[in-house]
This record gives sequence, structure tokens and C-alpha cells, in this order.
Amino acid sequence: MATLAENKRRRIEELIARTSEAGGVSLFRDAGRRLLRNPTAIVGGVLILLFLIIAIFAPLVAPHDPVQRFPELTRDLTVDHIPGPTAGHPLGSDPLGRDFASRMIYGARQTLFVGVLATLIGLLLGVLLGAIAGALGGRVDAIIMRLTDVMLALPSLLLAITLVALASQSTQWTVIIAVAVVNVPIFARLLRGSMLAQRESDHVLAARALGVKRHDIVLRHMLPNSLTAVIVQATLTFAVAILDAAALSFLGLGDPDINRAEWGLMLGVDGVRYFEVRPELAYFPALAIILVALGFTLLGESIREALDPKNRR
Amino acid sequence: MVRVISRRLIQLVATVVALMTLVFFWLRSLPGGPVDALLGERATPQTRELLTRALGYDQPIWVQYGRFLKNVVTGNFGNSIRTGEPVTEVIGRAFPATIELAIAAIIIAIGLGIPLGYLAAKHRGRLLDNATIIVTLVGISIPIFFLGYLLKDWLTQDIHLFPPSGRISTGLGNTDVTGFFVLDGLLTRELDASADALWHLVLPAFTLATIPLAIIIRITRASVLDVLDEDYIRTADAKGLRHATVRKRHVLRNALLPVVTTIGLQTGALLAGAVLTEKVYNWGGLGTLITDSISGGRDYPVLQALILLAAIVFIVVNLAVDLSYAFIDPRVRVK
Repeated sequence: MATLAENKRRRIEELIARTSEAGGVSLFRDAGRRLLRNPTAIVGGVLILLFLIIAIFAPLVAPHDPVQRFPELTRDLTVDHIPGPTAGHPLGSDPLGRDFASRMIYGARQTLFVGVLATLIGLLLGVLLGAIAGALGGRVDAIIMRLTDVMLALPSLLLAITLVALASQSTQWTVIIAVAVVNVPIFARLLRGSMLAQRESDHVLAARALGVKRHDIVLRHMLPNSLTAVIVQATLTFAVAILDAAALSFLGLGDPDINRAEWGLMLGVDGVRYFEVRPELAYFPALAIILVALGFTLLGESIREALDPKNRR
Repeated sequence: MVRVISRRLIQLVATVVALMTLVFFWLRSLPGGPVDALLGERATPQTRELLTRALGYDQPIWVQYGRFLKNVVTGNFGNSIRTGEPVTEVIGRAFPATIELAIAAIIIAIGLGIPLGYLAAKHRGRLLDNATIIVTLVGISIPIFFLGYLLKDWLTQDIHLFPPSGRISTGLGNTDVTGFFVLDGLLTRELDASADALWHLVLPAFTLATIPLAIIIRITRASVLDVLDEDYIRTADAKGLRHATVRKRHVLRNALLPVVTTIGLQTGALLAGAVLTEKVYNWGGLGTLITDSISGGRDYPVLQALILLAAIVFIVVNLAVDLSYAFIDPRVRVK
């Protein structure tokens, strides 16, 4: 009996493998091709790639150490005067006499770090909760969904503010976790919805009829099919995460480390405080944040468009 | 209908109670708890013990929790740690400022967003459309507190077009009736005060409206494009209806459904954005209150009440949006 089902399954899987290799075009390959033809996606991708390269090669690109204070800069530094561009310092000084250009370049690292980690943590927790809710259903599902209700009862930035405010002290990790947690209910609901839809679908029914084990159905048939929506959401979340982190810094709830070069921190603390003295301290990090957020939004939306089966030809 | 509403209301109460419970236990679990937060680090053991007893923190946690729930239901949130005033009074004073700001922002967002989105869709692929798309993309990517400072710098420092901060000029003391300054001026016929308050409102409202405006434009555009593709529009055109009739009766009415949902969801962006905008323009509403309650030693009684208020406003608005569907869309009513 078992061997019969086994043989049948192997034959069907061979059949699937053959058709997807030969004639049929897989959704992902098709989507990838459409993505490369979409100028919006290319602009977004290039922007992200550019910042990634800057982040990776920051020590090579930056003229100076981002935390070192330079005597030639601190010399004429007062509350009402922050030195502008000079020979060795293309963007001038920051309020502590450090090389602003180097801080901007190293900022790519820290900012991407905060954004990526916050997105990944939110995604992992959310996917885990959503998958459990979608796979098990029943009471577990109800409990998890009520939990997301509670988290969604506050607008996202307010929830992040609340989380940081309730922590006894703020560190870089408080910020990352607060921004991450805000996205957990969104990912959880997204995944659960997609899993529920699939539970009724033909391919899961077929797998069940073939006697595929339940955890195999969930892990190999339902999860991979739900991930497309998650990928799109993650790309879009990244932009929001950076903006939220900047907002927390502005509210005085950000990372208290004065040496950390992160754009949100640079904009939200020094940029705003010295706006009248030297607005460039705000302009540059703000521009960098806008471009990075724009890059991820453009890419995320193009991926969504490319994966939409309606656009298949 | 009544059954749906009552079920949603019960769900609302359960969600809010769960949220408050989490906040309550979280606060109690902090090292030192609320007493240390109240006294700071230099408290002597004696004062600490005195306060612990005075606030009832020496009682079992379940007794405290029961009292906390009773207080929430009766609207007694205790006194602010910073000022010593009752929390309800502090919040009541700041509430109208934020509501005034939020209403102005949503009027801007809807009033500009729907026409602009419609125009962009109508001129699809042309200059106006592309320009709108780019502007809205920047609108959702810009940190709005930065935009606030930028507008403030350009329009209040370089050219003195708008007042840089506050809700009303000093000296224009209008009679406080409702706390809504624009409305108060109208009610007491102090029209100069009303105009002045309105003038103060322009920049903060625009700053706060940025994200909802960008999103409403995008949703309206996408939705109008979807509807224009529908067969019933072709039918309406083909049977010779006047262009204006088709636009009003068929295109806009159907296209606005998703926009209504979006407006509900954007209340969240407004509440959160108010915290940032109010700090930029020194507005003195709930947002300012949140910032002050956090930065000046955590003022937990005020924070607790603010969290509760924000959650209730957010959930109720979204409930109202869901229900308004039944009035806008006959298909929902039938179900």
C-alpha cells in the first residue's frame, strides 16, 4: 500500500519536474525576466546596489576615520559655527569636529544594518507565527490572531515609540527590536492568509490525496508558495524601518552612542539641532535616507507587479 | 447590522483590555518598577518605601491589577508625575490641539489627493502622471520631521510667510470655548483670532498630510485606472451617456471604494505623524505630550492613558470605515 503511493508520487514528481524544465516557464523565472525589462525595477536595484557597495567598501571609500576628531576642525568649532568644506574634508565638519563625509559613507553600513536586521527579525518572527497559525488552525490560530490584533491596535510608529519608552534604557538593539516587532503582525497575517487560501487549493489537495505527510505539505508545498508575498512585503518594510528608526532618533529615543554614524541618528539629532547653523548636516543624511527608501520601494513594487499572475504572458 | 456592530465592539473592548494588561505587566516587570521611575536614582530607601505603600505597590499584583482595571473603566488614571495634575485634565487640554491638526491634515489629504489621483489616471503615461508618481514616491520616502524643518526654514525664516511655531500669536488671547482655536474664534466672533489660528495651522497640517496625501493619490490613481478598464464603463460610453455623467456616476463612485479603506488606515499615520509634526512646530497637543512624558523621566500614568486613547481612536475609526462601506457599496449591504 505504502509502496503504491510512493511510486505514484515519484511518477507525478517526475512529471512535474519534466514539464517545468521543458515547456513551461516557472513563475519566478518569468517574473525575473519581466523585472529586468522594467525600468522602475532597474532604478531601484541600482540605487540599492550603489549603497550596498558604499557600505561594503566604506573603509576604502571614506577619506578618514568616522569617529576621529580633527584638531583643524575642532579649532573653529562653536555652537554657532561648524566648519564647512576644507581641503582634507570635502563635506566639512560635524558638530564634534569629525569628518562629515566619512561619517556619511560609514552611515551606509550602519543604516543598512539597522534596516536589514529590523526587517529580518520582523520577518522571521512574523513568518513563524503566521505559519503556525495557518498550518495548525483552530485554537492556536485564534490565539495568534488575537495577539496580532493587540499589536495592530496601535499605529506602527506609536507602537515602536511605546516599546522603546517601556524599555528601561535605549540602545541600538532597543531601536532595532522595536522597529522589528512593529512588523511582526503584518508578516504573520500575510502568511496566514496565504496559507489558508492554499489549504483549500488543488495542489495541496492533490498532495494530501497522495498521502504526503502533513509537515511536508506545510514545508514543501504551502510555505514556498506563500513566500512571494512575504518577499514583496519585506522589501517595502525595509524603507519603513529606516524611516521609523530616524523618527525614533528625532524623538530622543534612538541609539545613545554618540560615535555611531547612522543616517537616521545624524539627521534626527545633530541635523535637526544645528539646522539653522549648518543645514547640510541635515540635507545629506536626509537625501541618503530618501534615496535608499526610494530604492527599496521601487524594487518592492516592481517585484509585486512582476509576480502578479495577471501580468503573465 | 446591529449584530455585526456589537460583535466588533466586543472585539474592540477585548483588544484594548489585552493591550492595557500587557502595558500594566510590562511596567511592573521593569527593574525597579514605577517607583524608581518616579523617584529617580537618588531616592533613599525610606522615601521609596513610603511611595511604594502610598501607591499601593506593596499589595499583591492581582489586587493592583484589579484596581488598575477599575480605574481604567472609571476613567481615573491618577496624576501626572511631572505636573501632579490629574491625567485626564492634562490629556483633555492637549486633545483639541491634535484633533484640530489631524482634521486639517485629513482635509488637505483628501481634498488634494482624490482630484490629483484622478487627474493622474486620466492623463496616464503623460507628464502630469509621471510627475505625480515621482512626487508621491518622494513623499512616502522623506522623513516627515525633516520635511517639517525644511518648510519651516523656507517659509518662515527666508520669507516670512507663515508663523514658525505654536497655535496662535501671543496677545491674540481668544476665549477658550472648545479648545479648537479656529472654531472658538468663530463661536465668539473673534474672527482675527480664528484667521490667526488658521494661519498657524497651514504648515503643520501640510507636513502631517504628506504621507496620507501621497498614499491617497496613489490609491486613487490605481483604482481609477482599474475602473476605467471595466466593461460597464465601455457600455456607459457606448450607449451615449454624457462624459461627465459617466465620470461621476460610474468611474468615481466605484473607484472611491478602496480609497475609503485607505483613509481609515491613514488615521494611524496621522496619529504617529502628529508626534513628529508637533515636535517640529511646538504644537502642544497629544504628540508633544507623548514626547514630554517620555523624555522628562518617564511619566507612566500619562503614557498609559495616551496609549489607551490612541488605540481606541485608531480602532474606532477603522470600525467606522468598515461600517461606512455598507452605505457606500450596496453589494456589501446585501451580504
